[in-house]
Amino acid sequence: MTANAISVRDVEVRLGGATVLSDISFDIRESSFVAIIGPNGAGKSTLLKALLGLVDTSRGTITIDGIAPRDIPAAWAGYVPQVKALDRDFPALAIELVATGPHARWPWRLGAEARAHALEALELAGAKHIADRPAGRLSGGELQRVYLARAFSREPKFILLDEPAAGLDVAGEADMYHIIESYQRKHRATVMMITHDWDGARIHASDVLLLNRTNIGFGPPDTVLNDQTLLQVFGHKGHTHPKTEGTRHD
Amino acid sequence: MIEALALPFMRRALEAGLLVGAVASYLGVFVVQRGLGFFGDGLAHAAFGGVALGILLGAEPLWVAIPFTLAAALMIVWVRDRTALKYDTAIGVSFAVSMALGIIFLSLRQEYSRDALTYLFGSILAVTPADLWITRALAAASLCMLPLWGRWAYATVDPELARADRLPTRRDDYILAAAIAITVVIAVKVVGMVLVAAFLVIPPAAARLLTRRFATMTLLSVVIGAISVLAGLILSYQCDLPSGPTIILVQAAFFAAGVTFRR
Ligand SMILES: Nc1ncnc2c1ncn2[C@@H]1O[C@H](COP(=O)(O)OP(=O)(O)OP(=O)(O)O)[C@@H](O)[C@H]1O
Ligand SMILES: [Mg+2]
Repeated sequence: MTANAISVRDVEVRLGGATVLSDISFDIRESSFVAIIGPNGAGKSTLLKALLGLVDTSRGTITIDGIAPRDIPAAWAGYVPQVKALDRDFPALAIELVATGPHARWPWRLGAEARAHALEALELAGAKHIADRPAGRLSGGELQRVYLARAFSREPKFILLDEPAAGLDVAGEADMYHIIESYQRKHRATVMMITHDWDGARIHASDVLLLNRTNIGFGPPDTVLNDQTLLQVFGHKGHTHPKTEGTRHD
Repeated sequence: MIEALALPFMRRALEAGLLVGAVASYLGVFVVQRGLGFFGDGLAHAAFGGVALGILLGAEPLWVAIPFTLAAALMIVWVRDRTALKYDTAIGVSFAVSMALGIIFLSLRQEYSRDALTYLFGSILAVTPADLWITRALAAASLCMLPLWGRWAYATVDPELARADRLPTRRDDYILAAAIAITVVIAVKVVGMVLVAAFLVIPPAAARLLTRRFATMTLLSVVIGAISVLAGLILSYQCDLPSGPTIILVQAAFFAAGVTFRR
């Protein structure tokens, strides 16, 4: 079955009087892994928020399994935001934050079952050892793992990750791709992930959406991530470092 | 104290104090965690404006103060919602406007009003049977809102996740503000405008220091709030001290204990 899980047609988003996204159209097949790539300020986070129904579109339509973003059940989407609105002074244990995944409520107390479920998700994210630590005192990478665990613990059909690798160490990043891919195999979930890691996208993604306020390209990584499109978007053809190019120190 | 309870006004004072103390400490956990400490103060001043209007109109001050304060609270949330201004700024404006109105209302009424002083410093022993019924209604309404705890807490921890999960966070902000506003007006009668914010802030702050879980913080806060009222009233009766300030000093003792034994 190759039904379109997400369909975006001529979408425009305006924020604070400015057009942030325009003429965005693409279709995502069920259980694909889409990497969203584009420069800072390209509107990547805004697009994810539009898919979640957190920001309104001013033109065009978005449908997710045939339903408008605002009407899809919250439990369908596992979201890891780029900027965490987390109140760091809030008396919360990491595991309680994870438990908001399946329950969409702050837990009064965690029953044995809920706790076991949350621990499983934390283990998957390599964060089981910090389950009972105060969430406000976690490091950036630890918190990112907790948010990943939270997103997966609700067993969503759609996984929307906004720079999930940010703050993760090298092992964490490899783990993350592993988690996403094994989850995807098991649940046939559709993944959209914003990333600045072109190489990771080439290896793991089934499709790439290249974005710069408008849709520059959509398709398999090898066709979208070519010299011409990258030059157009970033004014720059690759992201090899000057040192490895060997021109700086000559 | 036991013999004092034979007096109807003492029984009313105790019941009203316990109820309003518990409700304020419950709502206070959200006030403290959302950084709205100033909200209680702002609403107390709005309540003063309402009381002054009531006195001017010759009406029962509480009946005027409740809608007046409610309007101020909803307006504060509305301004925060619709503009880029923060709560503090919106509160600051409402604070000053209510105070200005209150002073003008009082000046319009030529004669000196003893009533206004009662509200400024509170007088729990002057709780009327009607006040007590309003307090009971507030407590009952708060009980009905208990199921919203999980939602409010979630929206406090991470408002964006709560919105992504389709929680009606905007509507909840208005409900919470309305509940706080009514609680403040009623508490003004008990502790007075000058000290009312303490009811919303000190018990939850003490509880916050003693625990790492929000559920425990909520329970502890209500317990501290209720015990403070009880102990404060007994102390004030025994030592012949004003009741409101005595209650607040007992709360402060819990806070000091929290600072000392914090986790
Ligand atoms: N509430 C807002 N009001 C006005 N403009 C906004 C608002 N939110 C975002 N923008 C603008 O929209 C543009 C896109 O923002 P967005 O966060 O989607 O970018 P991004 O592609 O995720 O960038 P980054 O790689 O830095 O995360 C930016 O120029 C930003 O300034
Ligand atoms: Mg972004």
